[in-house]
Amino acid sequence: MFSIVKDLLRYNREFALGAILILLVVAMSAASYVSPYSAGMQYVVPFDTPPSWQYPFGTNSRGQDVFWQLTFAIRNSLLFGLTVAVLSRVVALVVGLTSGYLGGMVDRILMSINDSFIVFPPFPILVLVYFIFKDHMSWALLAVAMASLGWPYDARLIRSVALSLRTREFTTQSLFSGMSTRQILVEEHLPYVLPIVFATTMNNVNWSIGLEVTLSVIGFTNIDTPTIGTTIYWANQHTALVAGVWWWIAFPVGLVIMTFIGLYLLSISMNEYIDPRSRLSRMGGSA
Amino acid sequence: MAGYALYVLRRIGQFVLVVFVGVNIAFFVTHATPIDPVTAAIAAATRFSQSDPQAVQMTRDALRELYGLQGGLWQQYVAFWSRVAVADFGPSLSAFPTPVSTLIWRAMPWTFGLLSVATLIAWLLGNLLGGLAGYYRRNLSLKAFGVIASGLQPIPNYVMAFVVLVLFGYVWPILPITGSSQINLPEGWTFAYFKSVFEHAVLPVLSLVLVGTGAWFIGMRALVSNIVTEDYVTFAELGGVNRRRILISYVMRNALLPQVTGLALSLGLIFNGAVITEVVFGYPGLGNLLIRAVYAGDYSLVIGIASMSIIAVAFAALVIDLILPLLDPRVEAS
Repeated sequence: MFSIVKDLLRYNREFALGAILILLVVAMSAASYVSPYSAGMQYVVPFDTPPSWQYPFGTNSRGQDVFWQLTFAIRNSLLFGLTVAVLSRVVALVVGLTSGYLGGMVDRILMSINDSFIVFPPFPILVLVYFIFKDHMSWALLAVAMASLGWPYDARLIRSVALSLRTREFTTQSLFSGMSTRQILVEEHLPYVLPIVFATTMNNVNWSIGLEVTLSVIGFTNIDTPTIGTTIYWANQHTALVAGVWWWIAFPVGLVIMTFIGLYLLSISMNEYIDPRSRLSRMGGSA
Repeated sequence: MAGYALYVLRRIGQFVLVVFVGVNIAFFVTHATPIDPVTAAIAAATRFSQSDPQAVQMTRDALRELYGLQGGLWQQYVAFWSRVAVADFGPSLSAFPTPVSTLIWRAMPWTFGLLSVATLIAWLLGNLLGGLAGYYRRNLSLKAFGVIASGLQPIPNYVMAFVVLVLFGYVWPILPITGSSQINLPEGWTFAYFKSVFEHAVLPVLSLVLVGTGAWFIGMRALVSNIVTEDYVTFAELGGVNRRRILISYVMRNALLPQVTGLALSLGLIFNGAVITEVVFGYPGLGNLLIRAVYAGDYSLVIGIASMSIIAVAFAALVIDLILPLLDPRVEAS
């Protein structure tokens, strides 16, 4: 594990840069645990002071220190993204592995459902969910709703790997030695697809944080939970840009872009690492 | 030819399934809720006033009928489908008595225009430059473009639209940032109107293209750099075939097919992006209509837009998939 990370850091500039960005973001969210304020506190510092040594990211019109507020926001956003990613990964793994291993009718049915889900525009459906639940909209509900829309791409990817695993000799051998379908899938096939799952998890975290930001900014989530999206929402509510309080918008937007690019770089460098051909060409120096 | 007919049939079957699943989601999400939309609407309407209980009861019945909520779940389900089938979602509650379908048809062209122009530009640009970058791997400016495109690509549409809006509306205000055309300009086939529509479309399209191009670029570059190592390309190079011809008709043509399939598969996401961009730029399309419907608590309009956008996206994906075999005869065989 450590040697892989060391290799990646040495030979893969994208991985190194992505790791640095994500470490910064994670450090920022970890700082929320030592924050002098609690997340919901308002009117504790002077209004609208620009960034200074005392308030590195300035203060906003709700009397909050933007820096400490952002530590809570990025923590919640990251946790949210991870929750959605883990939930949807479970669905993708179950569907992808079963479909690829069993084949035939099961495969056809599962893949038709899968392909229907792929073309769905998630945004109108999530707006519909918000419209129905309104004030009852919670963090968990939104995570479940997004997870149930975010699995089909990866289920297809996992299926394609499972299809080729099915024809390998060790699968036949495990079948003959009396392993059940569930055992074969979990003990034999799962380890093969895990690297891909890790890489796609990053993309999924990106996707869900992005959607969460979008929904929050329009006010379609629980706006009292600080996330990157709700931070921008409140800044817009107080017309921060018109009032010249640019630091209230610029820092969350910058932070979230850092997160996106960091996760994206990690995901592509992992993808490359999984594919040995591109890894060799990189290490050899010539393409 | 029989192969193509079979393919079309299978693909239409898929389309029916998508619409079926989508409309079912729309129906069950709206019915599986613990909150009664009728009660919520009445509570909102009578919040600041005293009301006659009898009037409230009458309103309740009227709203139940309007929302299609009378009868058992099964009856409602059948009624919902029969309304979807004819695209009739009743009158809009916030713009009473304009029918929901009229509002949707009015907004649809704007979304369609924005979406198709931006997608086309992003797709063509990404594939063209991606193909070149995969073929001429040492070219520095193409490499630099690759870095920029992949840096922009993971940024969600909302954030990108917002950044573009701030840059061109606040830092360097040169283009209109809201609406679809100048407010007092009469609609018509006049040059001034078209110029205004064009100017208003530049920023939304730009922000969609900035995000959209990267994925096509990266995909195309990977495909092309794979194909370039194939024997037939080496053979063509040794045989002295014009390099531009190799690139265009030997390499790019083969690499284009997965990209067309990719376009069909990612339509849902692209639609998402367009809808959100509309909201940011106050563009009068489906996205804006949807958001305003939610703010206004317009039940029938929200359900109408959600259902119609699922159907529209599924239909667009169907059209792309039906064109695909014309480009690649191998598709129908599989």
